[in-house]
Amino acid sequence: MINTITTSGHRALQIEQPLIFELDTGGSTAVDLPAAPKVRTRLGDLRSDKPIGLPGLSEPEVVRHYTRLSQKNYSIDTGFYPLGSCTMKHNPRLNEKMARLPGFADIHPYQPQSTAQGAYELIDTLAHWLKTLTGMPAVAMSPAAGAHGELCGLMCIRTAHEANGQGARKLVLVPESAHGTNPATAALCGYRVESIPATALGRVDINAMRAKLSSDVAAVMITNPNTCGLFETECIEIAQAVHAAGAYFYMDGANFNALVGRVRIADLGVDAMHINLHKTFSTPHGGGGPGAGPTVLSAALAAFVPVPFVVRGANGFSVVEHAGTGAAQKSFGRMKGFQGQFGVFVRALSYILAMGVDGLRQASGDAVLNANYLRVKLSAELTPAFDGICMHEVVFDDSFLKNTGVSTLDVAKALIDEGFHPMTMYFPLVVHGALLMEPTETESKATLDQFIASLLALARKAKQGDQAEWFKGSPRLAPRRRLDEIQAARKPVLRWRKADVNVAVTKQAAE
Amino acid sequence: MRYLPLSDQNRAEMLGSVGVASVDDLFADIPAAAKAKAKFDLSNTMSEMEVERVLSAVAAKNLNASQAPSFLGAGNYRHHTPASLDYIIQRGEFLTAYTPYQPEISQGTLQAIYEFQTQVALITGMEVANASMYDGATACAEAATMACRVTKRAKVLVSGSVHPHYRDVTATALRFMDMNIECLAPDPVGIEDLIGRVGPDLACVIVQTPGFFGHLNDYTALAEACHAAGALLVICVAEPVSLGLLKSPGAMGADIVVGDGQSIATPTCFGGPGVGLFTTREKFIRQMPGRLAGETVDENGRRGWVLTLSTREQHIRREKATSNICTNSGLIALAFSVHMTLLGEAGFRRLAELNHAHAALLADKLEALKGVKILPTAFFNEFAVQLSKPAAPVVEALAKRNILGGIPVSRFYPTYPELENILLLTATEMNTEADIDILVNALKEVLS
Amino acid sequence: MSQLRFTKDHEWVRVEGTTATVGITEFAQGQLGDVVFVEVPTKGKALNAGGEAAVVESVKAASEVYAPVSGSVTEGNAALPDAPDTVNKDPQGAGWFFKMTISNPSELDALMDQAAYDKFVADAS
Repeated sequence: MINTITTSGHRALQIEQPLIFELDTGGSTAVDLPAAPKVRTRLGDLRSDKPIGLPGLSEPEVVRHYTRLSQKNYSIDTGFYPLGSCTMKHNPRLNEKMARLPGFADIHPYQPQSTAQGAYELIDTLAHWLKTLTGMPAVAMSPAAGAHGELCGLMCIRTAHEANGQGARKLVLVPESAHGTNPATAALCGYRVESIPATALGRVDINAMRAKLSSDVAAVMITNPNTCGLFETECIEIAQAVHAAGAYFYMDGANFNALVGRVRIADLGVDAMHINLHKTFSTPHGGGGPGAGPTVLSAALAAFVPVPFVVRGANGFSVVEHAGTGAAQKSFGRMKGFQGQFGVFVRALSYILAMGVDGLRQASGDAVLNANYLRVKLSAELTPAFDGICMHEVVFDDSFLKNTGVSTLDVAKALIDEGFHPMTMYFPLVVHGALLMEPTETESKATLDQFIASLLALARKAKQGDQAEWFKGSPRLAPRRRLDEIQAARKPVLRWRKADVNVAVTKQAAE
Repeated sequence: MRYLPLSDQNRAEMLGSVGVASVDDLFADIPAAAKAKAKFDLSNTMSEMEVERVLSAVAAKNLNASQAPSFLGAGNYRHHTPASLDYIIQRGEFLTAYTPYQPEISQGTLQAIYEFQTQVALITGMEVANASMYDGATACAEAATMACRVTKRAKVLVSGSVHPHYRDVTATALRFMDMNIECLAPDPVGIEDLIGRVGPDLACVIVQTPGFFGHLNDYTALAEACHAAGALLVICVAEPVSLGLLKSPGAMGADIVVGDGQSIATPTCFGGPGVGLFTTREKFIRQMPGRLAGETVDENGRRGWVLTLSTREQHIRREKATSNICTNSGLIALAFSVHMTLLGEAGFRRLAELNHAHAALLADKLEALKGVKILPTAFFNEFAVQLSKPAAPVVEALAKRNILGGIPVSRFYPTYPELENILLLTATEMNTEADIDILVNALKEVLS
Repeated sequence: MSQLRFTKDHEWVRVEGTTATVGITEFAQGQLGDVVFVEVPTKGKALNAGGEAAVVESVKAASEVYAPVSGSVTEGNAALPDAPDTVNKDPQGAGWFFKMTISNPSELDALMDQAAYDKFVADAS
């Protein structure tokens, strides 16, 4: 039943917006281009004049279309976004302004190196900050995201093992609580994966890990602080055990934002760690990306760094672009086009310079303080999964919902009506019905207090015992009610088609 | 610090609630010996003005294309960006949103992805597209590994027409998955035989159009040969503006089409971030990497969109996932989609025609020069030329005249002396006839 | 006379002479939730006990269906891919996944009978 209270279907600022394909006015364009010079065309027989099927709209229609779409999105600019492990912190607009300087935006990755010295200097300066903050001697700048950085680290590790006659090692150990990218990455690198159980305190069970260490193990991948928001207190012992077994220690740096300016990861015995510039260093998530995942490397792995990389010489900067020769003699090769996520580098460095090392240290302190404040205040009604102080994020289990008929998902959807983005749900997998919250340092106490009041009220409501149906009906005030994900997966419709065409093509695909 | 809202009074109150004396006490789990070593010789906080001053000075050390006529391409192209495009992607609701995992409050991003998927499928002539990969090179690697999954074969053949970065990134990915790859030599003249190399051991053949050296090829016969041998055909498109004018890879029979949307989405930006385009046939959707938005309805029966078929992805399938990709290139995909919407069919076609006309004009004027031979007979907006002397010093000499006059192919292929004299030139709608004359006249001087 | 046996991975197997029908249990379908996708093996596929035989997916979970015993597939349930919700509605009837020959009947001895499986599920939850 479509609940229409207006003729238009709109509801004040919530305006229904068709697909661009349904707005086609036929033949119009929002871009006026000059006439082409008259020349002999040289397209051979590859020219096609067949219609493509793109809609034509005017500029005001296009601007309105996307403005209306934007108003159906929650964002950091709109409100509190406590997604655990995602680090949804404020994205300064200064970063955007800097990335748009013509000297950064309007330069080409293959212009003569003598004309791009500023670009290499920017990459080198950011690399210097990342190396200094982690205490690591080298950094691979080209990985495009966190998962890509993990892949970079594991490729370095496998190449190092092969160079040392240890190529027979085929196993990577990953804790049960790990993000899914860790095992997926290990598989892409040709490794088998075995999981390490956790202790009741939410940390890696070091004895269980020791029992699995053997001459078959290539690496151990551990997130620290881990996905339960806890620091791995035995990190140094873990590193020693891993190294004693001849394996390398990969630290997933997704949560590095809790440690910046507090400890150097080199002092924890780490061999490789990626850094999500789009988490720790404030570059925007953009509805899914882009990010960047520079990967710091220990001395044991530095020689295997992928190309390209920037080097500083007597005559300024240059870039090493080919593996197998010179400074890149042992490089494992290339994993990304061009010079990496340069535009993201500019934004991250803009943030880093603005914060300074003192500001970065204050940021990790405030992030951890905000998370602990949530932990303590929410414990009035919710059940923390682990006792004691947490780092930058806190995880609750769903035992406070026991026998209420209300699930973690229901609480999250009810939070939407309260004007907040839900926390991460059902992750980490080791916590039953997990609610993982990461407030970040860029939220005020007043915002946290509002969120706490809403969530506590929802918890109390759930505990009344007869509210399950009400919860299942939320959200009620968002642009959409709950969507039918089952239908979407059973009969996937992944693109718009003219109605009659749709049927024919689906039929054809099924045949 | 302006990005941190907590006041000292807030901190004191909150520490009291938590029950610790200081912020440092919250870090008690970190081994003290390790913490004691944490000393950093780095700068302290800066005002907004100071940051602008520092970074503007760094930016000023680059020669940018608004200061010098630029004829650079090779997979990274300078096109005009309409003002409304940058306005739209800077809206905070798009810029500062996460991946749309909560569909009730992410319909904007989800609908935009669905429109993007449709546009990419339409221009490539394919059936389905995903919500984006990192860039063209990584999309190419994903296509190769997907072809291995689909065919259950472990060998990939890469044409010499493929961008060397696409080739290298694919080779890296396959090597670590213990698959085989055969890369044919660079093919500036366009004479390689691919059909003769197709056999029953191949998972796929990877080609590119327009090719790295500018050639336009119809791969219809190759597609037929691949299919007869049970292999897939992967076609790369490094310059998607070409699809406004050329026969689509889908019409040629491609099974997977990948490319980079940078040329339509963003300024050149020193090569990144771009946006990987990835499209295929519907029968292969369960083997696709990356996120997908799909249509459905909400509880009130209203149309809406969700992320779907997620069981392919790492957060559910873990080590059996089709890829490890999580963060993709969402905002650049939005920029691509917005520009395509602004252009529409008529604008897209005119943009492509304008590009080709400018490149053809450049070719006409170069043909009048001694010591310059244009290699492809058919091209779009980019072509390789054989010079009478090594291309790298020519480009340096042009840079001294404040012209970004192409890319010496030797920078990509330093171990092929026979390519030393080859220069790659691109002309887009941004290169006026006056620019073209500046380049041609300077080349004439430098070559003489 | 048929006999019903169960695996620890929540598959059921109904044995009739030298052939067996395999599916997932009521408990397994409940844990998965609404099934959205099923992939069944094709006739002739050789299976080893404990090896991957079929795939079943809900919106948020994907799971392999393992062969309870060794043998060869004689038929995949062709109706399932187009109507995956049958697995939810009738998991131990119309929602069967595949039929197979049994090459080593002694492998059945390692599987649970109904009473043992009921206890196994009760202990697990």
